[in-house]
Amino acid sequence: MKAFLIEESVKKLEVVGKPVNRVDALDKVTGAAKYTADLYFPGMLYGKTLRSRYPHALIRGIKIGEAEKLPGVAVVLTAKDIPGEKRFGVVIKDQEVLVSSKARYLGDGLALVAAVTEEIAEEALKLIKIEYKPLPVVSSPLEALKEESPKIHEHGNLIKSYRVRKGDVNKGFSESDVVIERVYTTQFVDHAYMEPESAVAVPSHKGVVVYGSMQHPYSTRRVVASTLGLPLSKVRVIQTNLGGGFGGKDETASIICARAALLAVKANRPVKMVNTRSESMLESYKRHPYIMRYRVGVSEKGEIKAMEINLLADGGAYASTSPFVLWRSTVQATGPYEVPNVEISSKVVYTNNPYCGAMRGFGSPQVNFAVESIMDELAEEIGMDPIELRLKNAFKNGSETATGQVLNGHVVSIRQILRKARETSNWEGKRKLYKVQKGRLRRGIGIACCYRGVSLGAEGKDFAAAYVNVTEDGGVIVACGIAENGQGAKTVLSQIAAEALGVPVDYITFLGSDTSIVRDSGPTVASRGTIMGGGAVKEAAVKVRMKMAEVAAVILKTQPEKIIFKGGMVYDKENPEKHISFKELARRCYKKTINLSSIGWFRAPEIYWDEETGMGTAYFTWVYSANVAEVEVNLETGKVKVLRVYAFHDPGKVVNPKTAKSQVYGGVAMGIGYALLEDYKLEECIPKTLNLRSYRLIRAYEMPEVIPVFIENPDPVAPFGAKSLGEPATEVVAPAIVNAIYQATGVRIRSLPVTRDKILKGLKER
Amino acid sequence: MRIELTVNGEKHLIEAEPEETLLKILRDKLGLTGAKKGCDTGTCGLCMVILDGKTVKSCQIKAKKLKMNKVVTVEGLGKPGALHPLQKAFIEHDAVQCGFCTPAMLIVALDLLSRNPVPSREEITKTVSKVLCRCTGYIPIIRAIESLAEENKRKLTSKNKPQT
Repeated sequence: MKAFLIEESVKKLEVVGKPVNRVDALDKVTGAAKYTADLYFPGMLYGKTLRSRYPHALIRGIKIGEAEKLPGVAVVLTAKDIPGEKRFGVVIKDQEVLVSSKARYLGDGLALVAAVTEEIAEEALKLIKIEYKPLPVVSSPLEALKEESPKIHEHGNLIKSYRVRKGDVNKGFSESDVVIERVYTTQFVDHAYMEPESAVAVPSHKGVVVYGSMQHPYSTRRVVASTLGLPLSKVRVIQTNLGGGFGGKDETASIICARAALLAVKANRPVKMVNTRSESMLESYKRHPYIMRYRVGVSEKGEIKAMEINLLADGGAYASTSPFVLWRSTVQATGPYEVPNVEISSKVVYTNNPYCGAMRGFGSPQVNFAVESIMDELAEEIGMDPIELRLKNAFKNGSETATGQVLNGHVVSIRQILRKARETSNWEGKRKLYKVQKGRLRRGIGIACCYRGVSLGAEGKDFAAAYVNVTEDGGVIVACGIAENGQGAKTVLSQIAAEALGVPVDYITFLGSDTSIVRDSGPTVASRGTIMGGGAVKEAAVKVRMKMAEVAAVILKTQPEKIIFKGGMVYDKENPEKHISFKELARRCYKKTINLSSIGWFRAPEIYWDEETGMGTAYFTWVYSANVAEVEVNLETGKVKVLRVYAFHDPGKVVNPKTAKSQVYGGVAMGIGYALLEDYKLEECIPKTLNLRSYRLIRAYEMPEVIPVFIENPDPVAPFGAKSLGEPATEVVAPAIVNAIYQATGVRIRSLPVTRDKILKGLKER
Repeated sequence: MRIELTVNGEKHLIEAEPEETLLKILRDKLGLTGAKKGCDTGTCGLCMVILDGKTVKSCQIKAKKLKMNKVVTVEGLGKPGALHPLQKAFIEHDAVQCGFCTPAMLIVALDLLSRNPVPSREEITKTVSKVLCRCTGYIPIIRAIESLAEENKRKLTSKNKPQT
């Protein structure tokens, strides 16, 4: 990596690491922040989508004549009106913006209407006549794999499979004193971002401008451009304020943007499309449900000898990012433990359920639930404390992962975290205290931990771009391809720019994402915003600073290497009374016609992956976390109350303690939902939970006390040592809760979510 | 039909359909887009406004029920440079992430503090439970409101202190 990164990560930091207030908060508390649905343009039409009546059906014909005749309707479109590519997809091009001949789930769109009001557009949808030939459905992944099952796509029902083989599991099991085998399952989960998907498309000269609510403006641009048959340069995608994403606003966002763009170009008028909550829950992709079979062998001393893991994920109707999600699950399936003998087989398959894709955790919440549950089950079997068993097997520097990656180049802090967790949560005291209880309310404490590969790994090309421009009056304009999803990217990246330029953070003006300003920087997913975006912003800022240092050296009569930028002032290191303000220096540079703008480009270190053997360097660096949960269970009602969650994270370096804590609170809230509340239910591929009444999100009164604890080990490859936090914040909450429930009740829940019925049933069978 | 609304102290004469919701009138007709639409079932609470002194889900109020009413939306709180203490507290306590629930959270908090300047944590939590948020885990929002409750408490105790 670049030398300056390492050098600067150790210097005393002025802005990075400080609890700076969120830079976009002012607009958000005054109601001034505009989200896509808040935009209005003169002559704007409203677009609506007609979706399939059957989860699996051939489309024999579409009649739009009556709808077109309805007064107020401007345009009615079907798949045959698409001028460009009909299909799209990140990995497999198997999805259509509008389906032409076959619907594969209930969210598939068949026709579009744009009208002068939303009501007229909805009325027009009812006048469109579709001739369907319903087909038998595939409703579960086990069914999907059967030879006789209907084929959802021509290429069959298997989306992707992986194999990892390390050592010899048979040998490992024969060396084990205890071998247990368990099956764990998880549910479909909706992102339930508060803002449903929305887009406003405005036709422009030979192209289109799309304002939208998306996490990855560049992939939206790709889909819009290919659908409309336009070059990328004629499609400008501008991300408005985003009302939550959590991995969910990629393909679903691309679809609504492409549809709005189709209508807008055809009508030659601006078109707004906003999904209702039920449309959002019907159409948007979900977190994959998994069936996970784990067989694990340990010695009586607690050394893990072998793990045999079988993962089967329901990918739903389209591939989306399923191959990448499953890949992360596969790589991280053993948890953060040294396992000499490993065999992992994983598959993700098509069904006629809603399709699944990226959601906060990206394949880790599922396997973390399984591996961290079985670790506790093993501890019980051999009569060992759960933290002791984890410490016995946890990675250390130089450990080899299941895929043969040697963990080095950063501090492998999982043991440090586990010890900190034990001490901070008063683990031993509480475990003992909760061992003997009477009455109907029973308490328990549980732990779960994980490791997580940072950024995309072998999923794709990993890079980010940023633009830094110092104006002649010393203001700093920063733009980056990394998007603000509400997580605080603008704030953290502003801090990194301010740190690199030695100016207060209020000198920075951070622009929103606009595909025509900055180069594609990959998606803002995989907890990569800070490390990748920060790397690019820092590089651009340092380049500008170096140009300014040369001018300053002339003015202060010294050498550029001796120039220091700090707190908005520029000094001679050896002679601090010789100084000039940053603003004055910017003015001088302008007069001397020095270009104070620069592009930063940050590329992740190379990784290597062999798909045949499932071995390789999966990710260039890793982060480590643990959660400890305390719960109280009512034995009469089965109700679980989460009392307290300690969240231990090593994100390398905390750039902003204030926003980092908020990330953790939100992650814990989502994790509790995953453990106890959220369940997207289907019957024969028909969703039964299409509103926020039947799909329960956690409310304020259900939140426990949350105690974030950061253990910082700056990473030399990361800007100022800062790596990731967004996904770790949520990915081990559920197993910690489930393990705590076990201590409280003796009931082991192996399928999420934990419901009252499951607890009561377990109590009966105990 | 024509209705008269006083929104954030400003009088408006509005032509509306009887079935049109207050939320739609505020957003589409008055350009006040702070109140958001997050669901179709009156569950999320993102459209909360204060109507004649009470918090309501504006998506549940039809135009035909409106007549000379007073409405307060987030836009009526404070502007940059002259922020309402609640807005300052939300910024300071990092109660804002994606911001989509923020206007509604501010409205329910404003209503609570106007009725009870020193609410307990339970009362604050109950109030915040009226609105869904997917980002913050509610903790910073509760703390922001609590900080004002504490400040109000300090002010009240110092006022009640006998003059020496």
